[in-house]
Formats: sequence, structure tokens, C-alpha cells
Amino acid sequence: MTVTTPPCTTPGEVRDLALRIRLGALDTIATAGLGHVGGDFSVTDILALLYGGVLRVDPADPSWPQRDRFVMSKGHAAASLYTALALRGFFPESELATFAGPDSRLGGHPNRRKTPGIETNTGPLGHGLPVAVGMATGAQLAGAGWQTYVVVGDGEIQEGSNWEALMYAAHRGLSNLTLFVDRNRLQQGAGTEETNALDPLDEKIRAFGWETSVVDGHDIDALWAAIRAPHDHGRPVAIVADTIKGKGVSFMENLAAWHHKVPSAEQVELARAELTGVQA
Amino acid sequence: MSAATENAMHDCRKAFAETLIELARADERVVAVCNDSVGSSNLGGFREEFPERLINVGIAEQNMVGVAAGLANAGYLPFVSAASPFLTGRATEQIKADIVYSGANVKLCGQSPGVSYGELGPTHHSIEDIAWMRALDDLPIVVPADPEQTREAIRWAAEVEGPVFLRIGRHKVPSVSEGHVPAFRPGRSEQLTDGDDVTLVANGTMVTVALAAADELAASGIRARVLNMATVHPLDRESLLRSARETRGIVTVEESVPRGGLGGAVAEFLAESEPTRMRLMGTHEFAVTGAVEYLFDRFSLTPAGVADAARDLLGS
Repeated sequence: MTVTTPPCTTPGEVRDLALRIRLGALDTIATAGLGHVGGDFSVTDILALLYGGVLRVDPADPSWPQRDRFVMSKGHAAASLYTALALRGFFPESELATFAGPDSRLGGHPNRRKTPGIETNTGPLGHGLPVAVGMATGAQLAGAGWQTYVVVGDGEIQEGSNWEALMYAAHRGLSNLTLFVDRNRLQQGAGTEETNALDPLDEKIRAFGWETSVVDGHDIDALWAAIRAPHDHGRPVAIVADTIKGKGVSFMENLAAWHHKVPSAEQVELARAELTGVQA
Repeated sequence: MSAATENAMHDCRKAFAETLIELARADERVVAVCNDSVGSSNLGGFREEFPERLINVGIAEQNMVGVAAGLANAGYLPFVSAASPFLTGRATEQIKADIVYSGANVKLCGQSPGVSYGELGPTHHSIEDIAWMRALDDLPIVVPADPEQTREAIRWAAEVEGPVFLRIGRHKVPSVSEGHVPAFRPGRSEQLTDGDDVTLVANGTMVTVALAAADELAASGIRARVLNMATVHPLDRESLLRSARETRGIVTVEESVPRGGLGGAVAEFLAESEPTRMRLMGTHEFAVTGAVEYLFDRFSLTPAGVADAARDLLGS
């Protein structure tokens, strides 16, 4: 096994990693007193699969040219992303305690000029997919084998830039590009469907020319199978991952209020008990 | 303008296109990224020679800039080429977050800036681009005055790591770089005439106007120093300080809004370091529809208009 090989070989190992990411993000947010725990937990299982089982990256050489690229378009879920990067070895886990603090490398939103393992700065919504399309276009031009993965929050699909990118990725036949939509159905203040409805989202993306599937975004086996499934050559792949905002903590699940609410010390303990009790 | 001068007019867009092809021949990382702007960016020759390296995303500027950032991440050297109003206006946040804040090695080439799309009206005029780009951290901003400067500025942009904004003029201009080797030095201005009465600081298409204004002033005994300030950021502070001390005032002349533009940049710097009497010439409002020459006249961006401003400054 080389340093670039992802560490997990079984779904069970990825599930263990997902638990560690949730616990790490919870502590990170509680320590900083800010964060976006709801979206951190909805995307955790996707991150665990990518960093645990999929991405060929080298923590000792983050700019290794042949690395797989990962773009977290929903940059506000930085706490879980940083935790995943730390657990993969990009920086010490102890650094997570500096999250969003003065001069920390781990800002409130990811910054590639500071944080090892970040490919492009995100935070404003609707930016990650176009950049990922550019990465995949570069690999296609160069005939390189590395893959590009991007996670987009469902709310941010309301940004028109995503549809420009969806169109162009299909036009170029970027089969080296995989999009995950973190479909937790909640945006900052309300449901996506009551704000500016996205459904039928998979049909829309399919109509744009992507090979599209819908899976349970917390089912590691299903997510892994969706990535590994033989794909129609010449089309980008979209996986609409049905997720639950605040997944794993009963009092956070499916509540828009937990978009960026910070748990109290007591709530942190309750959340930790639930997470470890369910998944340990 | 005399017939002889007309004959010596040159096209910066052509210089841009030729230089990009020259760079692409030497460096396989060079790609052009555009928004259905192959014709208006003069990229036909590039497409013919490097069809795969012309990334035309269609009419989608936000995606265009994001894709360029991704290409840079993949190891390419993208030159984004699009009409300046749409590149800088429609994709401002992409330029901010994906390019400048991310430090992506992307060169942004704003074509047909200022009022060069005269008759098409303010939607197509790009008079705000310098102000918008100047607000973005430490983004180098270059407004070449003639083809020679354009060529050298593009070669320089290809060599430096990190983002650059270049403004490529549409209407033809005479050469102002004769005798200046190199024609372009990043962050440095070129002093084109000597004079101790007043300084005319101009860039792009307005350098020629400033030179003609200096001639007109000379006829009435006023010696004007003309600085070609091709780099708006970072400014040539040294020559500005010298001019502020050695002449009795500074007139800035640009084909854009002075607030936030070249005039604003010079005024901000001098206000803190050497308060100087100034006149800021440029476009001051949404222009009416009209031919370029008509619009220049309307905004007094003419030799007579600049000379009047200089006389007014010295006399007041």
C-alpha cells in the first residue's frame, strides 16, 4: 500500500471513519463556538467514503500533480471537511481546536492558500462545480487518469452557475467527473421545496446529460456501489445523495435551525452519546 | 488625424492574439478560455492551430472563470478572454473567490474595454472594470497603450505565477513605445515627454490623447510631462512622487470612471504621501449611445479637453 492509497477497504471501516468525523466536527464546532453542524453531519458519510475509500491523495505532498481532486462546494461544512483532512493525515488533529480562531489555517471557510488538501476556496455558493468542471477538463485534455469529485449542497443548486457547469460538463463528456448532491432538503432558513423547489432534481440533472442516480446518502454500501458501478463512457456522473441535516443526533435532525446553531456543552454530551451509542 | 498617422494605427487585439499563439507554441500549458467570444477576441487563429486548447464554454461567464480556475489547478496556464464588461461584471465573485482569493494562476484578458462598443451603449461599455478589479486584494492590473506594450505585458503575465488582469483595447492606436526598450515594465510607468509645469498621467487609448494634449500645451508655453501608467496596480509610486514634487499638478486621463480607476488610484496614493492638485479625467456617467470619437469628445477625452483641464489646473 502506497501513501496515496485510501486507508479504508471495507464499508465498516468507512462507517467507523464517519463516526470519527462527526465526533471531531462536533468538538471542533463546540470549541470554536461557531460552525454549520447540520450540513456538516448531512455530508459526513460522503466525506468519509471519499477520504476513507476513494481519493488517491498524498498528505505529504498535497499538490502531487496526479492526485484525485476533491472540491467541497458547500464550504460552510468546513468543520467536517477539516476533520476528514486531519484524519487522512494532512495536518494534526490537534489543529482542529484552532478552527475559525485568529490566524488559524482552518478558517470559517476553506482556503487553499492556508489549508493543506484544499483545492479551491469556497464559501460563496455555486462556485465549486464550475471549478471542478475545469479540473476534469484539464485531466481530459492531458489524458490524465486522475478523477475529480465535487460535493454540492442542494440549496446552492439554486445558483445559476451550477446549471452553466452542468451543461458544459455534459457537452465535454467529462466521464472523469463525479458530482454528489448533498440532498438534505433544507437550506439556511427553510426547506428547498418551499423556497425554490428543486424536484425532480435527478430528472433535471439527467436531462442535462449526466448519468444520474439517487441513493441514500448515509448508506455507505449504497454510496460506494454508486461510485463503483460501471458508467456509461463519455458522461459525467451525478449521485443525488438523500441525506438528513444533522444526521445522527435526534434533536438536530431535519431542523433548519441547526444550519448554524452551536450546541451547548450539555447538547454536545447528548450528541456524543447518541453518535457513539448508535454507531459504536 | 492626418493620413500618415492613420496609416500607422495598430491593433492591440491582433497583438494579443499573435502573442497568445506564440506563447502556446512554446508552452503546452497555455490554453484560451472564452465565452463564445472567439471572433471578438480574435481567437480564430488560435483555434485553428490549437483546436483542443481553446475552451469555449459558451455564453456563461461565471462558469468560464470557474473552469479557468480548475484548469489552472490541473496544471494549465489559462488566458480567459472575453469582453471586459461581461468578464468583470458578470463573473466578479468568481474572479474574487476562485481566482484572486484562491491565488489561481489565471490571466484575465478584458477585451474591448472602455467605450469601445460606443453605439451599443452602456450595457456594453466597460468603464467600471478597473474600479471593480482594483478592489480585489493585490490583483495586478495592466492597461497597455499600444501593441508593443500589449505583447510584452502578455509575455510577462505568462511568466508570473498568479492572477493578472489585462485590459486589451479594441480601437486602433498609434505606437507610443518607440524608443522604449522594453516597452512594458511591470509596475513602472514610461515617461514619454519631459516637462516641469504639469504632469499628464494616462494609460491605454488615452496615452495618445495625452501626448497630443502635451503638444497643444507646448504651443502655449506649458511644458507637460506625460507618463504612460500602464500598470494601475501596483502603481509606479516613485515616478508619481517625483512628478508631484517637480510639476505643479497632475491630470489623470483614462477610458473608464476615475472613481476607483487610474485617477482614483493616483489620488489615493498622493493624498497620503504628497498631496497634489489634480484633475481626474474619464467617463463620469453612463455614456449616451454614440460612436467612440463622439463619446471621447463628450467626456472631453480629447487633446483639447485634456489641455483645457491642465490649463485650468495651473490657472486655478
